[in-house]
Amino acid sequence: MAALVAAGWWPAMAGAAEWNRLAFEAKTFEDVLKALGGVDAKASGDVVLVAPEIAENGAVVPLQISSRSPATDMLAVLVEKNPNVLAAVFEVPEGTVADFQTRVKMAQTSNVFVLARSGGRYLYAVKEIKVTLGGCGG
Amino acid sequence: MANPMKVRAAVDGDTVLVKALMSHVMETGRRTNDKGETIPAHFIQQVTVTHKGRVVLSAQWGTSISANPFLSFRFRGGAKGETVKVAWVDSKGDSRTDEAIIT
Repeated sequence: MAALVAAGWWPAMAGAAEWNRLAFEAKTFEDVLKALGGVDAKASGDVVLVAPEIAENGAVVPLQISSRSPATDMLAVLVEKNPNVLAAVFEVPEGTVADFQTRVKMAQTSNVFVLARSGGRYLYAVKEIKVTLGGCGG
Repeated sequence: MANPMKVRAAVDGDTVLVKALMSHVMETGRRTNDKGETIPAHFIQQVTVTHKGRVVLSAQWGTSISANPFLSFRFRGGAKGETVKVAWVDSKGDSRTDEAIIT
């Protein structure tokens, strides 16, 4: 069953959009952007990443991601130096605030991007987070 | 069967603040055990939050989300006493749904 899921043959659970394998297996910001339907992205002060400067434990790095751009309908988090860059994609329905908190793993010191889609445009913010103890080791 | 998650939902101004703490290994598929064997990937891929049958959040996750994932967000249109449901589906097809009454 797991192999079938891994191979993409097993149908996604009823009601859930299909998991975006292409985006989650992408290795660069540009490839993730493309897989999420974007062509180019612009740095924007409307997109905000709140995160520690230094993460002592790369296994648990708390992040707050948000967008003040009013038409934001998607927010994503990318960790540039993780083996798979994309960590999460949040679809933001009408009525939901484009402001999320979650925790990510970081293998090493890396740029972390927040990518927002607003009115069909892709906007981002980036910040380097230093990691003293990586979170993806064996 | 997956372990239950902790879900809290509380009125916060004109929004409802939802917090969920899930119980999941979130294995990347890149770690090895002490025998040198690869531990297979096993992680939450889809998270869906609903309120009165309406989807208020739909997320897709990869292996970079920390073990025992935490999620917090706000939506408008909820009131005290109503129910918020949080559901996830992982890469092995396991799933879990838990709910909270808005306080």
